[in-house]
Amino acid sequence: MTAKIAEEWLNSCSGCEIAIVDMGQRLLDILDKAEFVHIPVLLDHKYLGQLGDGRHIEIPEADVGIISGGIRNEEHLEVAQEMRSKCRTIAALGTCATHGGIPALTNAYHTDAVLERYYSTETTDKPDHWPDDGVPACLDACYALDEKIKVDIYLPGCPPHPDHVYAALAALLEGTTPVLPARSVCDTCPTMRAGKGQLKQLRRFLQAPHYGSPQEPLDKMRCLLEQGLLCMGPVTRAGCGGDKTTPRCIAARVPCRGCYGPVKQDGNQLLDMLNALASNGIEIGSLPEHPSLLRFSGAHRLLRPARQGKES
Amino acid sequence: MSQTITIAPITRIEGHASIAIQLDDAGNVQDSKVHIMSLRGFEKFVEGKPAEELPRIVNRICGICPWQHHLASNKAVDRCFGVTPPPAGRKLRELMQTISHAEDKLLHFFFLAAADFVIGPDSDYAVRNVIGIARANPELARKVVQMRYMAKMMLEKFAGKAIHPIAGVVGGFSKPLLEAERKEFLAKMHQLLDFALFTIDFAKTEIFPKYLDTITSLGAIKTGFIGTVDDDGALDLYDGKIRLMKPDMSFIEFDSQDYADYIGEHVEPYSYGKLPYARCWNEGFSLDLAEPRGIYRSNCLARVNVADKMATPRAQAELEEFREKFGRPAQATLLYHWARLIEEVYACEHAIELLEDPEITDTNIRAKVEPKAGRGVGCLEAPRGTLIHDYATDENGLITRANMIVGTTHNLGPINMSVNQAARSLIKNGEISEGTLNRIEMAVRAYDP
Ligand code: SF4
Ligand code: SF4
Ligand code: SF4
Repeated sequence: MTAKIAEEWLNSCSGCEIAIVDMGQRLLDILDKAEFVHIPVLLDHKYLGQLGDGRHIEIPEADVGIISGGIRNEEHLEVAQEMRSKCRTIAALGTCATHGGIPALTNAYHTDAVLERYYSTETTDKPDHWPDDGVPACLDACYALDEKIKVDIYLPGCPPHPDHVYAALAALLEGTTPVLPARSVCDTCPTMRAGKGQLKQLRRFLQAPHYGSPQEPLDKMRCLLEQGLLCMGPVTRAGCGGDKTTPRCIAARVPCRGCYGPVKQDGNQLLDMLNALASNGIEIGSLPEHPSLLRFSGAHRLLRPARQGKES
Repeated sequence: MSQTITIAPITRIEGHASIAIQLDDAGNVQDSKVHIMSLRGFEKFVEGKPAEELPRIVNRICGICPWQHHLASNKAVDRCFGVTPPPAGRKLRELMQTISHAEDKLLHFFFLAAADFVIGPDSDYAVRNVIGIARANPELARKVVQMRYMAKMMLEKFAGKAIHPIAGVVGGFSKPLLEAERKEFLAKMHQLLDFALFTIDFAKTEIFPKYLDTITSLGAIKTGFIGTVDDDGALDLYDGKIRLMKPDMSFIEFDSQDYADYIGEHVEPYSYGKLPYARCWNEGFSLDLAEPRGIYRSNCLARVNVADKMATPRAQAELEEFREKFGRPAQATLLYHWARLIEEVYACEHAIELLEDPEITDTNIRAKVEPKAGRGVGCLEAPRGTLIHDYATDENGLITRANMIVGTTHNLGPINMSVNQAARSLIKNGEISEGTLNRIEMAVRAYDP
């Protein structure tokens, strides 16, 4: 019997779905073993029946349900609940689903303020009222999936590396649970570390880090944090390099910004990073602003509107 | 008895949208609406962020064209900080943009759109998809998967991250291209060009002739067009002047910094997405099929319509053949598929040109940057249309204001029109089939929204 898979995207960008397609040849292997019964990016299964005359969202039953994106509006919520009720196992795919992701930066603002700005930019003919005809109402914030439905498997990453997507799908199809690395990006980073430095100030990423020649391998380059660049490797879950392991941003000589979310599912990248900086003797005041440390994990009420119109 | 038919979600597109078709008592189409179902509000939540961080935040607007958001954002921040990337830095950005165009068009044509033609518009939805194609024509599927994967892995291997890239940096690019990499890229781009030529031939012999009637009638509307051209009037995906053309071919050209003088965004109660229109035509906004006002289209068909020519030989030959058949501007909506394949040829040829330029391996790739107060518009052609990022910064280089017009949104008005046209011509006396509803969606899919 082939396993059935249902896939949905909620408050997402489609990058997670492209990561599925980016398995390349391995996608064809998965298709031999599994049947997709619902996946809007590839398959024309409809919520309200194929003739569009149903009343309620309906998704077919499946062994595995994969959901990317967080929950930002009533339709996302309804789809997530329907997926939960029809799928034996729910996997949260990508950091939006596991921790809110970039779209959860919106949580630093009240929804009204977001709508107000979006519908009054310099090119917009400001409407009398915000869209409300046949479009789902926004919730008060952007939520990670597990704030609204039970999640069985977490596959963070923005997007998750195709190697991981494949390993996870292969495990799920065999009925086993995929295991995530419980390490940090630093643990998989080849750069050279000389120990805590004399460094007191962070500098912004306005110049390239120092390294010898472009031919020189990464293990000859000094750790970017030790070079004074904010790098979130210490507080971010390892895995973005896939089977090759080298963190993807570091491979391009660019510091990590934390897209795999916290090392532990319920970690707090902001607090952990401030602690990491403090314990290295780096002045926290040299960061231009703080909410960006939660840019991938602002759901779970970590990022909130400030009371007096000031950011948290 | 009046009735509403809801097509939800629209499938095999990027994003969240649905269609509501209102029938009158006789079962004929009274009205239709395309609902854009969600809003994320990047314009608001990037405020206060260090501008140099934006290119790696706003790429999350779209996982299919993250390179374009990434690079338009880099261009905007460069302008805010008053810096010009060194030539090799600029060329590496353009190379990434061009290869990602080549990759994206293969994805759209084969993974999202082709099933309607290869399997057929009226076939069972369970097989009318890329999985069905893989079963029906495994050899072709294998080749497509391999070619697209190769393009994607070129980006990934060199630039670290292909989805939600990080290698474009304010002032230039984060790492130089080594000579060995250049040679490897060049060989691979030649393979991709061969595949692009195979694809357009395959489409012209196996697909388009069979569906010529559908192609020239389904979702057909008459609009203006927008796209970027170089100084010679040739199509340019990375830089140039924006050309805004009326249906009668008269056009104006403007610098992207001045976009707000030309483009406005209209809001409809049924769509979270705003609907851009040509404010400078001074005719207001209307989606009336017989007499639209302010409506122009973006994306590949628009670009090949506004451009006088293609800058590379194979693509130019394809454009000539296309114009010979369909005239200029070509208005039929499904011709987007054809235009997309012409651009695929161009993107491959142009990437080869860039890689043959010895300067591309220069190691001076990033200019020195100081954060400061400023304003900058970054603009380029995303696969789905003219993409505009407009930022202002304070003296610390933090974002004070951001406005973005995303490529695909230019087409939201036209998509509404095409759906309306398709629904009116296909639904009569309340007779509805799955195939009919899929054909209406095909009018949307052509735009690759
Ligand atoms: S996790 Fe990243 S790639 Fe996935 S949907 Fe969210 S923004 Fe897109
Ligand atoms: S801080 Fe960054 S550069 Fe340093 S080891 Fe960790 S991931 Fe690597
Ligand atoms: S280095 Fe950090 S930001 Fe970059 S891909 Fe890996 S986890 Fe994401």
